[in-house]
Parts: sequence; structure tokens; C-alpha cells
Amino acid sequence: MKNNSRRGFMGMAFGAVAAVGAVGSLVAMKKSWDPLPSVKAAGFTTLDMSIYQENVMVTEKWRGKPIFVLKQSAEMLEKAKQNPRDIERLVEVDGSHYLMCIGLCTHLGCIPAFRPDSNDFKCACHGGEFDASGMVQLVPPPRGFDIPPFRIDGTKLVLGEVGPEWQAMKDTGITL
Amino acid sequence: MAHFTKATSVKDWLDQRLAVTKLEKVMMSEYWIPKNINFLWAMGMVLVITFVMLVVSGIFLLMYYVPTTAEAFNSVNYTIMREVDFGWLWRHVHGVAASVVFLIIYIHMFTGIYYGSYKKGRELIWISGMLLFVAFSAEAFSGYMLPWGQMSYWAGMVITNLFAGGSLHADGFVEWIRGDYVPAQAFLGRFFMLHVLLIPLAIMGLIGLHFGALRIPHVNNQDGEELDFDVEAKKYLDGDKAGSKVMRFANDFMSKDMMVVGVFLIFFFYLVFYNYGFAMDPVNFDPADGLSTPAHIYPEWYFLWSYEILRPFNIDLGLVLFAFAQVIFVLLPFLDRSPNTCAANRRGFMFKTWFWLMLANMIVLTAMGKLPPEGIFSTIGLVSAILFVVMWLALPIITSMEKKV
Repeated sequence: MKNNSRRGFMGMAFGAVAAVGAVGSLVAMKKSWDPLPSVKAAGFTTLDMSIYQENVMVTEKWRGKPIFVLKQSAEMLEKAKQNPRDIERLVEVDGSHYLMCIGLCTHLGCIPAFRPDSNDFKCACHGGEFDASGMVQLVPPPRGFDIPPFRIDGTKLVLGEVGPEWQAMKDTGITL
Repeated sequence: MAHFTKATSVKDWLDQRLAVTKLEKVMMSEYWIPKNINFLWAMGMVLVITFVMLVVSGIFLLMYYVPTTAEAFNSVNYTIMREVDFGWLWRHVHGVAASVVFLIIYIHMFTGIYYGSYKKGRELIWISGMLLFVAFSAEAFSGYMLPWGQMSYWAGMVITNLFAGGSLHADGFVEWIRGDYVPAQAFLGRFFMLHVLLIPLAIMGLIGLHFGALRIPHVNNQDGEELDFDVEAKKYLDGDKAGSKVMRFANDFMSKDMMVVGVFLIFFFYLVFYNYGFAMDPVNFDPADGLSTPAHIYPEWYFLWSYEILRPFNIDLGLVLFAFAQVIFVLLPFLDRSPNTCAANRRGFMFKTWFWLMLANMIVLTAMGKLPPEGIFSTIGLVSAILFVVMWLALPIITSMEKKV
């Protein structure tokens, strides 16, 4: 009986040591799989918005993903103004409006192509369509293009940093 | 202290230290296999041989493969294919074996389902087998990343995106799996490690468990007959080899086993030398490019049936049904409520229909998964996916109504 309780104590003591070690190593293993500091540091891209021309779709790169930038022409802006959900999606920098979004279809992540004739985007994978402000025109995509976190810095846009304009978009559910 | 005597032979020396004679009996000459079997019982050995070929060809590929995003594509398509003498052989053996191993796994699985080889003490064989299927799937997927072509990259993107859980939007979890915002160096490095070390270790361990789980219940036979292995073995050892219902694993069973393996190897090397193209997607001969999506992203043929279950539904329902399809086969021993252990064709109309319909439906799902999701094909895919789920839900009901035969 005395022996048993002693063995029981030893078993519990070892169990406690092992549990601490197991939790510790799991934490280390989890952290070792986290994105490296260098990867995170490279997660910011600055765009100079003054160089873009109206009606010309430019693909930039941020965190390895394509970023669509389309400076809105007066005609596009007029169309967007008719629908509050459209105009709210546009980023205003120095008086001009831009579509600035992650260029991946929100369905399964393919890259839709811009069609200059009709000023919209078409995804070849499953036929989804988006208008010039990034809203869905034709399903299957469940929502418009996602807008990456940004902060407006004069005529520049810093992608990856959260500014008040982006926070407002997120809060109102315009982007995820 | 154990007592050792002067050895009379090398065998005796080993016997005293390792009990090799006893080991040989347990594993080979007195491991009893029923006589009432057919060539489908050789699929286990075919799988062992295929796995060995994967390991050996993988070792040679590993010596020249460079797991960096800058070098991976060229190390496979230039160094291994052009510079290394017989490098093409290892690559084609590896690629073809990775594809063919799934064909044999599916045959092995459906043989088990047909003959009820997951019942009455054989549950653990089935469960460890399905765990092997999962491990092989992970091994196939991680290996598919390594050439770092367009299909590698985009399959990696799409499959890791599944872990965001649809509307849960667990993007942080996906980034953790990748070690980056998109598949990049961290992603390639960890999938390389998984492919050449961790998953192969798990597979070898599971193969041990699979064989261990087989040792006590023994192999099933064509009639699901419950044999008294002790009685039958005694008959055999007493000289009544013809009257006994069992035979030795080695050399009796092995000789026939290896005959089937021989036929398989001729077919296998025909594919390796003359028809390896099916295992090499042409799209994957373009280097990975994160800014250009291939027009159609589809998995290798052996994943098509579960891909087709994901595809026709909205993202959340699709993911739920996809997860259902992944785990439901594991539960087969518990979903089949019937007392009968015998060939599906003899278990009555209901289960007979269930078996053949399930097999046909899996083939239809596979075919639809390859075709573009348009018009009649997407309708057929949707119906097949629903049928798959309904059939599994119906299985406990139809099997509990089954009469004892």
C-alpha cells in the first residue's frame, strides 16, 4: 500500500514534468511554423498613386498576390455614384478615385482578366464577373474583390498597414 | 543472467541472441493464410512492392532535388531529367508509382468492402488501412508541390485555402500552414520535409500497425468463413496438407503472391517506359507563377471523386460534405450493422446494390471531376455527390434490415 502510493506519486510527478515539457515543445513547434519576421517585414508595399492613368488597369504585387489598380475615369465614376455600394469601395487619394483591390476571384482564387472594352473583369475559371468598382456582376463569386489593408500617406498608399479609411470599409462590411 | 552456450552454427548463434527460427515461424512459415482466396488477395504485396519502388526512386531523386523556389523547377526538369544518367527513370518510376499506388489502394479497399473484410475482429485492419490512405494522400499532395510548376503552385494555393474553413475566414491559420501569405520558400521547405521525412515515417509506422492488426484475426477468405486456425494449422503440420483449409504464408502463399506481383510489374514498367504521360500534367512544365492562374485547376485523378463532392455546392456546404467524404470510409465497420460476413453479392439485394452503386458512383464522380463544370456534367456531378452522401446515411438502415444468411 505504501509502495503503491509512492509509485502513484512518482507517476504523477513524472506526468506533471512531461505535461510541462509537452506544452512547451508544442508552443515551440507552433511558433517555428509562423511566418518569419523577414516574410512579415516584406508584407508592406507602397504605391505612388499619382503615376496611374485613367482607364488603364495596372497589376501590382503585395504579399505575393496580385493587386489591381484602376484609376476611375469620369464615366466610371458617374456609374459608380449611382450605387452607394460601388462608390464606397473606391479609394480616394488626392481627389481621384481608384479601384484598388486584391486581384483574386473571391470564389476559388483565380485571377480574373480586365476587359477594357466593357470596363469589367471576367474570371476564366468559373465565369464570375466584376464591374469597374470590383462588385460582383455575375456569380459564383460570393462577394466583390477584397480590399487589402491600406493607409493613405499623402499621394501614396501603404498596403499592409491599417488606416482609418480601410477600418471604416471593414466595419461597414465592404471588405473582409 | 541469461545463459548462452557455444554456438554450433551462425544460425544457432543468431538463434540464441535473436530467436530467428521462432521469428521466421511467427512471421512466415507458420503464419497461416486460408486457401480459399483469389488474386485480389495479392494487392497487399503489390502495394508493398510499389511503396518500396517509391522509396528507392525517391532516394535517388532526393540527391539532386533542390528545395528552393529558385532552383526546384530546374533541378527536376533540367538536372534530373537531362544531366543525371537515368535520372528520367527515377522520376518516371516515382511519378507513375505515385499514381498507380492509388489505383491499387482503391482495388484493395473495394475488395475489402466486397468480402466484408472489415468485420468480426478485423475492424482495426480497416481503420489502419484508411489511415494509410490519408497518409498516402498527404504524401501525394506534398510531393506534387516539389517540382514547383504551375499546377504545384496553384494546387498548393487552392488546397491550403480550404483550411480557411469557408465563411470562417481563418486566413491566419492558412498563413500559418504556409509560413507566408502565399505559397513561397517557407511553404516549399516544409512540404519538402513532410514529403521526405515525416509522412514516410508515419506511413512506415502505419504499415506496421496494419500488418500487426492482421496477425490475430488473420486474412479473410472468399466466403467469410470463420476458420479455427489452430485446428487447420495442426492438420497441415501433421501432413494433411490437402485436407487443411490453410497454407503457409511463405513459401506457399508468397509464391502465388509474387506471381501476381510479376504480372503487375510488367504492366507497371510498360507505363514507366511507354506511357508515363498520364502521371505528368503538361501545365506543371511551366514554372510556378503567382500572378497567372492556369485556366483549369484540377487535382490528380485519385482525388477527383472527393473534389467533385466539394465542387457543386456553395463553399460552406461543399467543405462540410468534403470533410464527410474524407472520414466516412473509416467508419464503415461501425456503419455496417449486418451480422453477415461474406461476399456482397450474397448478402441480399440491398447491400449488393449498395456496393455496386457505390463503386459506379465513385467512377462517375471521378469522371465528372475531370470535366469542366458546365451544363449536363455539373448536373450529373451534383446528383452523384448527393447520392454518395445519401448512400452512406442509408447504410446503417439497409444493413440492419439485412437477413442472416
